[in-house]
This record gives sequence, C-alpha cells and structure tokens, in this order.
Amino acid sequence: MKSIAELQAIRDQARAKIAMREGSHEGTRIVVGMATCGIAAGARPVLNAFVEEIAKRNIQNVSVVQTGCIGMCQFEPIVEVLAPGKEKVTYGLMDAEKAVRVVTDHIVNGNPVAEYTVAKLMK
Amino acid sequence: MYRSHVLVCGGTGCTSSHSQEIIEALEREIAANDLTEEIKVVRTGCFGLCALGPIMIVYPEGCFYSRVKVDDIPEIVSEHLLKGRIVTRLLYDETVEEDGDIKALNETDFYKKQVRVALRNCGVINPESLDEYIANDGYQALAKCLTEYTPEQVIQIVTDSGLRGRGGGGFPTGRKWALTAPNQAPQKYVVCNADEGDPGAFMDRSVLEGDPHCLIEAMAIAGYAIGATMGYVYVRAEYPIAVRRLQIAIDDAREAGLLGKDIFGSGFDFDMEIRLGAGAFVCGEETALMTSIEGNRGEPRPRPPYPAVKGLYGCPTVENNVETFANIPQIILKGAEWFASMGTEKSKGTKVFAMGGKIKHSGLVEVPMGTTLREIVEEIGGGIPNGKKFKAAQTGGPSGGCIPVQHFDIPVDYDNLISIGSMMGSGGLIVMDETTCMVDIAKFFLEFTAEESCGKCTPCRIGTKRLLELLEKITNGNGTMEDLDKIEKLCYHIKDNSLCGLGQSAPNPVLSTLKFFRDEYVAHIVDKKCPAGVCKALLTYTIDADKCKGCTLCSRVCPAGAISGTVKNPHVIDPAKCLKCGACMEKCKFGAIEIK
Repeated sequence: MKSIAELQAIRDQARAKIAMREGSHEGTRIVVGMATCGIAAGARPVLNAFVEEIAKRNIQNVSVVQTGCIGMCQFEPIVEVLAPGKEKVTYGLMDAEKAVRVVTDHIVNGNPVAEYTVAKLMK
Repeated sequence: MYRSHVLVCGGTGCTSSHSQEIIEALEREIAANDLTEEIKVVRTGCFGLCALGPIMIVYPEGCFYSRVKVDDIPEIVSEHLLKGRIVTRLLYDETVEEDGDIKALNETDFYKKQVRVALRNCGVINPESLDEYIANDGYQALAKCLTEYTPEQVIQIVTDSGLRGRGGGGFPTGRKWALTAPNQAPQKYVVCNADEGDPGAFMDRSVLEGDPHCLIEAMAIAGYAIGATMGYVYVRAEYPIAVRRLQIAIDDAREAGLLGKDIFGSGFDFDMEIRLGAGAFVCGEETALMTSIEGNRGEPRPRPPYPAVKGLYGCPTVENNVETFANIPQIILKGAEWFASMGTEKSKGTKVFAMGGKIKHSGLVEVPMGTTLREIVEEIGGGIPNGKKFKAAQTGGPSGGCIPVQHFDIPVDYDNLISIGSMMGSGGLIVMDETTCMVDIAKFFLEFTAEESCGKCTPCRIGTKRLLELLEKITNGNGTMEDLDKIEKLCYHIKDNSLCGLGQSAPNPVLSTLKFFRDEYVAHIVDKKCPAGVCKALLTYTIDADKCKGCTLCSRVCPAGAISGTVKNPHVIDPAKCLKCGACMEKCKFGAIEIK
C-alpha cells in the first residue's frame, strides 16, 4: 500500500459488497415472489437481475428481498416495489429484461413502468 | 454479486456449539440448491449474545436466528434463502414484534444500550478478509496518522481522548505513549498484551477473533507515535482461533503493504509478530510478559525501571492491552472529543464486559463508562434466570471484588469500582444469585491465584497459600472468629509486600466479600451453616418423614450405604456415613430430601 488513494479505491469497491449488512429497513424494497409458483415461472433470474443491476449502478439504500406466494400465481413472477411514502407498485409476468427496465425507469428515475403492472395485466 | 449474505458466528462460544458444522452444512445445502452464486456465507467474530449461540444473521432481511442446529439448515436454505419464507420458529423472540414484523437487532434490549467501539466490527465483517475491514474504514486511521499528523499530534489526540488502559490498571494510554516517545534508543517496541487470563473473561479473545486487523492498525499507529518499528502480540496458546486469524491478518496486511517498509509512502516502517504464551496467569503482568517474550521464565521484576524506559530486550516499550488498542483507530478517525464525550469524568469511552454466571444473556457487551450495574445486568443481560434474586456481581476476576446489591445502581467506571473495594479489571463480570456462597467464591479465586502465583516473592507464594488454608478451614466448619482477623491481617500483608499486581490484588476477592458479606463468614464459623447451601462440609441431608413414601430408591443410589429403612416406611440418613453427594436428592421423586 503506497498511497491513500489506493486504500480509498479498495474501500469503495469493498463497501458495495457489504452494504446490505447495514441492516437498515428504510429505503426502497424490491420484493420478489419466490414461492414454488414464482420459482417455476422463473423468479430466480428476475431476482438475480435486480441484484446485479442495482449493484452495477451502485444504487444505495435499495434492498432486494424475496417473499412467498401472494395468491396471484398466474401473474408470477411477481415483483413489488415499496418506496417510502409512495404507493406500492406490483409488477407481474416479469423476466430479467423487464427487471432491468424497472430499475432504470422506476428505481432510478422514479417512473413506474405502467405496462408491466399487474393492474394493467388484469385489464 | 450476492443477493444475500448469511453471517454465522465463528467466535469461540459458537464454534464450541458447532457453528463450523453449521457453516459446512450451509455450504452443502446452498450448493445442492444451486444458490452458490447468489448467497454468500460469511464466518464472523462474536456477536456477543453467546447464550443464544450458534447465531446466524441473514441479510438483507436482517433475520437473527438463534440456537441453530445442523438439522435446521435444509429448512433455512430451502425456505428462507430460496423462497424467502423466514423460518420464524428459529428467530430470536426479541426480534419479532407483536404484529410479526422483524425488529432490527440493535433495537433489542441486549443491543439497544450498547455502544460498540472496540467491538464495532465483531459479528459484522469476516475477520479473515482484509477487504471487509477496509470497507468499514479500516486502515484509514493509520493512513491519516502517517500522512497528516506528527507523532506528537497522535499522542496528543490519544491523551485528549482520555483513553485509559483496558487491561485492568486504567493507566492513561496517552501518558504511557508520551513517556515512551522521548526516550532515545536504536530500537523501541510496541507490545500487545493479549494474555487474557481472568476466569470467564473473553473480551480480548473476541476482538482478536472478530477484528484482528483493528489490532494491527492500532499497533502500527502506536509504533508511529513512539518511534517503534517492531511489535509483538503476546497471546495465549489456548486461543487457537484467535491466533490463527491474527496470523492470517498479519500475513494479509504484510502482503498489502500495510505492514513492512515505507507504509503509505510515508517512510515509516513497522512489522509485527505473534508470541505464544503457555497460559501462566502471571504473564499478563507487563514485566513478566516481556520476560516471557524474551524467552525466559515468565516472572515479574521490580519497577522502576518502567517499560517506557527499559522494557522488552532492555529497550523502551509501550505495552497495551487488546481492547485499549481496539479503541485507537476510532479515536483517530472520529476525534478525541467524540471519544471523551462518552463516559464519566475520569473514565472516558466504552468498556467491554464478558458477562457470565447467573444471568440470562451471558455474552459480550460494550457499554459507555458510567452505565449502572443494574442496567448492565437487568436490561442488557436480561436479569437473573429462574426467578432468583441478584446477590452480587464480581468484577475484575481474581484481582477484583464483589459489588453487592446495595451498590447495584453504581455507575460502573474505574474510580467508582475502586471506591467500593472492587476494580474494573479487564472486564470479567460474573453475576451471582442467592445460591452462591460468598466464602466459596473467595476461596475459588484464591485457589486460582495461589495456583498461579509464580513463586518469585514470598508474600504472594506463601501468603496466598496460607490465606487459602484459612478459607478452607472456614468452609470446612472448623473456623474461629480469630481466623477472620488473621485473614484480614494477612490480606493487607500480601497486598503491601508483593512484587507485582498478581499478589498485590490477590486478596481483593477475600477483602471485599469480608466487607460486604461478613455475616456469611460468621454463619460458617459460629452457626456452622452455609446460608447458600454450597459448602458441603456444612450441609446436612435429612429425609422429611411426612413426604417419604418408603420407595427405597434413595437407599439404593446412596454410594455410601448411609440410608436405611424398610419398604413403605420413612427412611433415615446416617449423617456420620453421608458423603453429601446429593445423589439421593436428585433421585427422590417426592422431594422428601432436604438440605439444611
């Protein structure tokens, strides 16, 4: 270690890897339905796509968690986005590509992707 | 990128309750479910709540699973890690709110009042990963010292912080460094005292196991401050996990150039090595410790000269304890005022306690100085189990004394504890309830110090032995009131004339129990009774004839044939033959056997 810059670079890189251990329940939560129905419909690639995209963009204060079946199995994989102080947005029939778009449009820019929402799908 | 981190405690407590097997089972199950790329398993240092071990925390949810067994692992993996369904039956009940929501761990009673400075990384990072330490601002303090501060400024910051030695003595750390720095010598040393020997104490062990890089960073800072280029960590060989993790950390730090030549391009060189101790208690005394590092028999020598002038290999040496060092990087980063804002007038910062004995949540806690004993025992420790009453707490191990219930609200700091005849010590805190005999406790610690006395000076070698004999005489029911005076006189003689801290403090447990629990001594001597029902020689086992159904079970289990009686008639114990082993009492189904 010959300079502080070198230490800072390692710190910034390493920090992202352990950020989830802050244990903060504040911030936005992306909840992916990972019950049997969800997994069968392909929820795992969706979950991983969210995790990778969030990490790639170095987005802070967003956690990606799983949940069980919420009862609308025909729309799995289902993803809920819970942002503090905002209405819950529920997306259905998700896949990895759609996940990336949800991150860019909804999480980063604050515009929920209306066409993916379950409300839209049910119409 | 992992979507979930599973932290499993790898401290000594949880390792002994099979956390290693749990980690292996986890990795196996995770691989079987094809989750290896998604879930990261991290072995951390001690979380502190050892009573609930083995402990596991799953992030991002922050679920705190307690008393996890290998058999639970498939369920945790398939339910929680795969499907996101939290295994509620394994959650620590205090983290579950009434509506079923999960409460953050640091909001539970055990953690709420704690302020973690020395333990800040324990249970949070993987101690074998340099990257994770750096992620939590590791080595920033060293970088700051080497590039922004002069050695004098570093010493000034440590002095201003008010940090005092956490090993027991409470000597101001800044002053110790300031006394060593100006002494000119071709070689100076930094020594870390990790020879934690008090029965029941495991503060330093947890820091070494949970955050070894913190110690390396702090020792390098001390080296810079006093002009030393070499450091030694004297750690007992009974701490294999600590030794292994510290060695990994030293190797990693050296490889990364955080130890060695020209650290951060500042021209400062520092390296360090581990020296293993064989477990003699006296080697925790600073001069004995240095003698032992030099390869000689661990015996203390008279001071002065103090180590600041003539320490290891005759060179100026700073010696601090692990916990003291563990505070240093945070003091440098957050400033002396931040540290001094915690604690009491003369005791700044926080203190780690290893809580044990008759307490619900035995484990490791770190609280600001000045927290009352009641808060530590009742609020953080969860109080005394089985509805028993608090009787006293023992602090300072074999060098300390008892704090009785009338001082339950005393703010715990160095000076307050000394004023009531105990001492802070290194942080062992043993809680005792009404079933603890105070004479027996004093005897227990005396047995320890008499055994551990190195024998170099007479007051300690012979004095502790004679003192122990007097205590044994009392617990055997042969004591006289004159013995109490003799004990007191002998105690002061040992204190005043012993060469080192071991002897000077060895009588403390006797003196403090004598001061606060004299009536128990008197009960042993005059009434020939042990009020707590502990001292065997003073107990009589009797059978309550009304309760005895004459089942003959007791007479069959009695190894001494002391119980006689016929079927369906009350039995009788012959006190002359009775060994007081308690076998009959354990077996009696009717609760007919009593101790008096």
